[in-house]
Amino acid sequence: MVKGGGLATFRQAVEATIPALRRYARALTRDADLADDLVQDTLVRALRSEHLFHGGEIRSWLYTILTNLNRNRLRSLARRPLLSPIEENDAPDLAGPEAGGRDIERALATLVDEQRDALLLVVLEGLTYREVAEVQGVPIGTVMSRLARARVQIKSYLDGERPALRRVK
Amino acid sequence: MNEPNSPVHDDELHAFVDGELPADRREAVTAFLAANPEQAATVAAWQAQAESIRARYGAVADEPVPARFNLDALMREGGERRGPWRTWAAAAVIAAFMVGGGTGWMARGATAAAPSSSGSITADALEAHQLYVVEVRHPVEVPGNERDHMTAWLSKRLGYAQQIPDLQSLGLKLVGGRLLPGPTGAAAMYMYEGPSGERFTLYCAKTTTPESALRFREGSGDRFAAVTWVSDKAAYVVSGPSERARLEQVSKAIYDQVEKAGWKKS
Repeated sequence: MVKGGGLATFRQAVEATIPALRRYARALTRDADLADDLVQDTLVRALRSEHLFHGGEIRSWLYTILTNLNRNRLRSLARRPLLSPIEENDAPDLAGPEAGGRDIERALATLVDEQRDALLLVVLEGLTYREVAEVQGVPIGTVMSRLARARVQIKSYLDGERPALRRVK
Repeated sequence: MNEPNSPVHDDELHAFVDGELPADRREAVTAFLAANPEQAATVAAWQAQAESIRARYGAVADEPVPARFNLDALMREGGERRGPWRTWAAAAVIAAFMVGGGTGWMARGATAAAPSSSGSITADALEAHQLYVVEVRHPVEVPGNERDHMTAWLSKRLGYAQQIPDLQSLGLKLVGGRLLPGPTGAAAMYMYEGPSGERFTLYCAKTTTPESALRFREGSGDRFAAVTWVSDKAAYVVSGPSERARLEQVSKAIYDQVEKAGWKKS
């Protein structure tokens, strides 16, 4: 579908996806600067690999690139054993609209990468199970089990957090 | 597929939450949830999770797109980004050299006489793979468009004729190659990249270990895997993302080309 449309259509399709890519990257990294760096690298890769794109869904393809780049990023982070990030969750959350947002953010941070990717692609980006399977390069059954595990993990994280918060109050 | 009255499966509860449930099962699932308050509470919790995620991040897509994402400018500048990520990506590589390399990798020169097994060659190759695939700007020393020069150079350094496999038919482009310390001298690593940015490397080195057929090996943390074989006194390790079917496909293509060409070890 893109081939017939030529360069302009390809660029337009990439451009139209930028807001969604930024949203996905923000949720993946939970850091605005890192997220936009990730989006920029995704766009550069996509533009450079334009000749390798042989039709299909541009959106899914861009999600695939971004997901892979993020995995590379986490991989290089994992190779810094002495420099582990300092968690700021020693300070108790205050009640209020911000608290719920921070809870879900921390819950996402506890997920295994592949599970987080799958969950965000489904609930935030609205991809179908089939599209997520393509992005992750796995069968749909694997996507389903990643999704299920992510949901169980988030629920137990949130269930575990709340009593602690009540005690603080 | 499912009969309207067949029992409700867990997957269907997820499909229900995600709007992927076929219309003919909606009634059954709704009835099931009405009769099972515990499952209904779980489903409600999943729905609440999804809503929190959308509430937290949904608005990002409504922000005006920053000027840095102008596609024409990105093409012109070739994406030379110097953000904090670039800096710490470089720091991560240096740290990896110091942590992994200081004790094992760099010290290997001192223990080069020790016998190498194909297992330790695979570990070396995976380590190199992990180190270089994350590089955006300097993944290789010689770029893929200088294939002839690279072939001559690495053949000379490794002491046997190199013929760099062509994987275009699998959608993989040659990024380039580099020289590395190997178990008994020099090793070569060639990197390939696919349309989605996924990277594979081929690591080649002379070895004294016996011939072996293709072997599959998981890397640490199950992110990458490798396929190794030894043929005519040379070891080959193909490393990539740990999706076995794809990795085997790439490895077999390389194996076929290497064997057909009959790389000469002098």
